[in-house]
Amino acid sequence: MTREPLLTVSPAGLYCPKAGVYLDPWQPVERALITHAHSDHARPGSKSYLCHHTTVPLLHARLGTSSGQVQGVQYGEETAINGVRFSFFPAGHVPGSAQILAESDGERWVFSGDYKTEDDGVSVPFEAVRCDVFISECTFGLPVFAWRPQTEVFAELHDWWKRNQSQGANSVVSAYALGKAQRLLGHIDRAGGRVLVHSAVWAMCEALGFDMSGLERASAETRAEGALVVVPPAVLGGSWLNRLAPYSLAALSGWMAIRGMRRRRGIEKGFVLSDHADFKGLTSAIRATGASRVLLTHGYTAPFAKWLTEQGVDASELGTSYGTDDGEEQ
Amino acid sequence: MSFAELYHALSDTSSTSEKVRLLSEHFRTAAPADLAAAVYVLRGGKVERALSSKQLRELCAEVSGLPLWLIDESYQIVGDLAETIAKLVTGGESTESNSLARWTEMLQPLRQLPLDERKREVAQAWRQMLEHERLVFNKLLTGGLRIGVSRGLVNKALAAAVGVEESLIAQRLLSNRDPATMSLERLREPLHSESDLSPYPFCLAHPIEGGPAALGSPEEWLAEWKWDGIRAQIVKRAGAVAIWSRGEELVSESFPELVELARCLPDGTVLDGEIVALRGGEAADFALLQQRLNRKRLSAALLASIPVGFIAYDILECASADQREAPLGERRQRLQEIVCKLSAANRALRLSEAVPFSSWQHLDELRQAARERGAEGVMIKALGSPYGVGRKRGAWWKWKANPLTVDGVLVYAQRGHGRRAGLYSDYTFAVWRDGDLVPFAKAYSGLTDAEIREVDAFVKRHTREKFGSVRTVEPRLVFEIAFEGIQPSRRHKAGVAVRFPRILRWRRDKPAEEADSVVSLLALASSVRASGREQT
Repeated sequence: MTREPLLTVSPAGLYCPKAGVYLDPWQPVERALITHAHSDHARPGSKSYLCHHTTVPLLHARLGTSSGQVQGVQYGEETAINGVRFSFFPAGHVPGSAQILAESDGERWVFSGDYKTEDDGVSVPFEAVRCDVFISECTFGLPVFAWRPQTEVFAELHDWWKRNQSQGANSVVSAYALGKAQRLLGHIDRAGGRVLVHSAVWAMCEALGFDMSGLERASAETRAEGALVVVPPAVLGGSWLNRLAPYSLAALSGWMAIRGMRRRRGIEKGFVLSDHADFKGLTSAIRATGASRVLLTHGYTAPFAKWLTEQGVDASELGTSYGTDDGEEQ
Repeated sequence: MSFAELYHALSDTSSTSEKVRLLSEHFRTAAPADLAAAVYVLRGGKVERALSSKQLRELCAEVSGLPLWLIDESYQIVGDLAETIAKLVTGGESTESNSLARWTEMLQPLRQLPLDERKREVAQAWRQMLEHERLVFNKLLTGGLRIGVSRGLVNKALAAAVGVEESLIAQRLLSNRDPATMSLERLREPLHSESDLSPYPFCLAHPIEGGPAALGSPEEWLAEWKWDGIRAQIVKRAGAVAIWSRGEELVSESFPELVELARCLPDGTVLDGEIVALRGGEAADFALLQQRLNRKRLSAALLASIPVGFIAYDILECASADQREAPLGERRQRLQEIVCKLSAANRALRLSEAVPFSSWQHLDELRQAARERGAEGVMIKALGSPYGVGRKRGAWWKWKANPLTVDGVLVYAQRGHGRRAGLYSDYTFAVWRDGDLVPFAKAYSGLTDAEIREVDAFVKRHTREKFGSVRTVEPRLVFEIAFEGIQPSRRHKAGVAVRFPRILRWRRDKPAEEADSVVSLLALASSVRASGREQT
């Protein structure tokens, strides 16, 4: 007789029937285990949340008051629920991001949430967890996505900033408020000029207790010349940027690897930098888990499952609702 | 800056002045061979295709070690084959040989070689390039740069680099077509030898948005039918004849009857006009001309069954004197004299008659009936204007008849290219026949970016089946499809072929059941044809 799967997709989200809890549910539930604080993984309305302790203040900031209590755990710490042991391991995606291991009756399932294999300097680096079944994202699961080391990308970004400075222009960088923004702020030379931070980014930095020395919060009155300005993608296309003219606009995203996608967004300069694993990163992470089965949650699931199958991995698609908004870097 | 770097810099900026600056800087500093090659490819010149798209994808699979299906999946997302291959062939190292001239030299003779040698050469070249170089090389290989740089922009940049007027550059380029001898010095030398048969740069019209009321008094304007053929200049100098199309291609060989006609013109004459197919002696729509253009060989039977004519609407050179500064009214008089002398004997030459109209309102009515005469609409030209170069605003306007339209249902979707890479943005539309939906048109343009994203999300959520890159979707969305022409066709499922279909608007108000039927399409086709026949 085949066993009931430890984790399965239900209408409210990824579900553990034995424990009666959900992982990153997309509808409000009794008890939710959360991999990270991006809005396609952490949604409001559930009664209780369990996440890595770095994520606790982020959930408070993002989910609002109507959501229930939030409890934090350390990486590697076990929480037993109805005989299923859950523990969180670093995913390297953004600060506080985790993979969730569920263990029961000698079976180990890992849900990756979102992850990347490169150490970004601000998140605890990804750690492969041995398991039987690995539920993996594959946002960039095609071989055209191959990242260069971030030091090269940031060096290029610095040159671009200097060039704009010499022309008296500001350098506006669109980066997600949680994760990408801190990665950028953690790598740039803050003495290289004024560094302005949009209030949405500022709020995330504060919630994380991020080192803000040398940074300025940009307000409606801020005027600047030659500054580096970090803004969330939501301000593009609005009037917020008008007062920073003249400026050059760049985006930091894995999608910038595709010229058509960059042009579609009306962005002059695209820096290819992602908080998701590239094709090789995904493939190597999956191998490192030793999993005999791989289930793919979001991204280019169909071709990536086919590729893995051809490589001798038992892989299939799992229909989920992740990657529909800012977690996908769109 | 290498040509590959220039390519990327050009595609990274949307500023026209920055593009001109980048181009003229490149022209000034490039080696002569690279300059000639750059001007050639930037003006839309093509390198003969050494490998088909399929052969390139197969070669990419070979070189990258990835399965062909994964190359194809990647191509669908990237939306650009040159870019896809540039990314999938990894580990190249740049060498000295990556100049544009070396690439075109290498690619040009490649077609003569057997397939496996062609593949070897290309694979070898890929390995000697970095990704950004490979992309540009592949662009040449797949037939065109498509970089958002018009010929006008190239001319402008070249004029700045050479230090002469743009209009002169356009002409000098035409007589300096051989890349082997082109140089900035050559472009600095003034033209004029007796055997010069080069045309003048064409004056192009702008569509008139919102009607002609803003043009002021109708008396200052000439109206003509907008003929549906090929824009061309006939040049006769020193007993020799040339026919040039708007693309500055020499097309004399395709139109022997017009060469015959041109021989009768006085020396030192250049006429501007439209080559049209004739049906029963009258101008017909482009579809008929197309049938003739599709043939490689011109048989006597074809020349007899689809004769062509030249409808002259301007004279640019008369008695060897440049007429372009003279006002249109004067030019028309000279044109009329020449055409009248000749057209009695030669029916292929005719004058583009002025369309008399009493008011803009009246012209609007005439415009709507243009299709009945095999015309697309009307042209409006300022009687006092000189003959402009390129798409200069203000003197020549085109005012097309309203398009034919039908409400169709979205049935298939495919991922797009370029700016629409990865999005389901290429659609097939269907109309009803006996309770079934019959596809009748494919359209790519007409929706806003926001609408495309919305349709993309719909396609992903409402896919019925996947066939390779094509998805069939639940037939729920209705769009108004506009097109310029329609005619019966046995090769098309719906029994008609439409010309230049595009999306006019999203009919969110209409359920799929209320979309149009094949009957309404056939009715449109017969109305256009019937009225055409009345003319003959």
